[in-house]
Amino acid sequence: MKPAPFIYHNPGSMDELAAIMGSVEDVKVLAGGQSLVPMLNMRYAQPEHIVDLNRITDLSGIEDNGDRVAIGAMTRQSALIKSDVIAAKLPIMIDALQWVGHFQTRARGTIGGSLCHLDPSAELPSICLLYDANLTVHGPDGERQIPMTEWPLAYMMPNLGEKDVLVKIEIPVWSGDYGYGFQEYARRHGDFAIVAAGALLKLKGDIVEKVAIVLAGAQQVPYRLSEAEDYLAGKPLDANNLSHVSDIAQQQEAMSDAYIESDYRKRLAGVMTRRALEAAIERAGGAKPS
Amino acid sequence: MSDTREISVTVNGETHKDTVETRMHLGDFLRLQLRLTGTHLGCEHGVCGACTVLVDGEAVRSCLMLAVQADGKDVTTIEGIANGEELHPVQRAFRENHALQCGFCTPGMIISLIAFIKENPGATESDIRTAISGNLCRCTGYQSIVAAGVQAASEMSGAS
Ligand code: FES
Ligand code: FES
Repeated sequence: MKPAPFIYHNPGSMDELAAIMGSVEDVKVLAGGQSLVPMLNMRYAQPEHIVDLNRITDLSGIEDNGDRVAIGAMTRQSALIKSDVIAAKLPIMIDALQWVGHFQTRARGTIGGSLCHLDPSAELPSICLLYDANLTVHGPDGERQIPMTEWPLAYMMPNLGEKDVLVKIEIPVWSGDYGYGFQEYARRHGDFAIVAAGALLKLKGDIVEKVAIVLAGAQQVPYRLSEAEDYLAGKPLDANNLSHVSDIAQQQEAMSDAYIESDYRKRLAGVMTRRALEAAIERAGGAKPS
Repeated sequence: MSDTREISVTVNGETHKDTVETRMHLGDFLRLQLRLTGTHLGCEHGVCGACTVLVDGEAVRSCLMLAVQADGKDVTTIEGIANGEELHPVQRAFRENHALQCGFCTPGMIISLIAFIKENPGATESDIRTAISGNLCRCTGYQSIVAAGVQAASEMSGAS
């Protein structure tokens, strides 16, 4: 038996969930299990209680609310990738999902699980950050909203108490014509990203009206490249400005680990940012930067 | 005291009622309690894909699902895909293309490809490569597995 012993709970409703969460200590919430179960199997995590959300059907679903898309935390990655709402309103998420594990892990993995695990290289948290998503959390004192900017506290540590459960993700969509690009580099397809970059871009003529850029994998938490966003606002996205933005990305701090040095991540951050923007320019109908 | 539950799971068409320890994963349940050892366990943390089975028709990693979560579900393992003596088209394609050597990765490869081709009938060679990107093989070098996948995809989608 791989995991250490635990007591298993599988509530069938939000009320049952609240009752269980209120009565147990040392608990881990189980969503799709594609990160938590490996941690249990390796005994990195040895909680006394496991609370499985898989029977609570209210926690999954994709809702098109016009200028926002609401996604239940237990919505599977495979459901997102096949969703017409996501394809129409958040097409960059479909691109990003192609990089999330493999189709066999996406069949179980959820958006909420990915946000709560908060691997620095994970694609879905970075998409949520790119859009300034708003998260709804149920805790001992009821429901509260957490803006995505306040979600990552530190390395793999979301702004979530032990007894909190993430229930919903609301994403404000971009309206009108805009372009997007998502680029990632990993050692093999499906491996954790070394660096990934996402960009959303709205042009007026050739002038940048609105831009958002996010990087994952480079630092301990995903982050927005606000310096570059501020720099670009109101400027044309020509070759000079594109290079400048790529330099900004490359100058940010980046982490080192046993396999990849920080300099390599920095360089990739520059390249991925440039490529994400190039794809966004093309989709926004802008001229190829020259 | 260990935490146990009664579960009822249909595996390859047969319903099993059994008591499981809640910390037991589905792969161990299939192998140790049902003695269906065709499902292989390589890494038990989601990396190798050897343990892939179908749960309600979807390919999933059986080492990353608890047996108790399979309660009420329909599971298909490598033992359940042939029709009597007649091999499944993916199995036959593996034999014809020499797509296995030691055979350790094979159950996971075949189950993954069955699910993938069913969802993507016109799968191309590059789709097949993506499909098995989550399945590790240490013997074949993958070429023969890709060839088998391409052959099976064209047979299963009704082309010659
Ligand atoms: S044993 Fe399940 S993925 Fe390796
Ligand atoms: S045939 Fe030996 S691991 Fe694939």
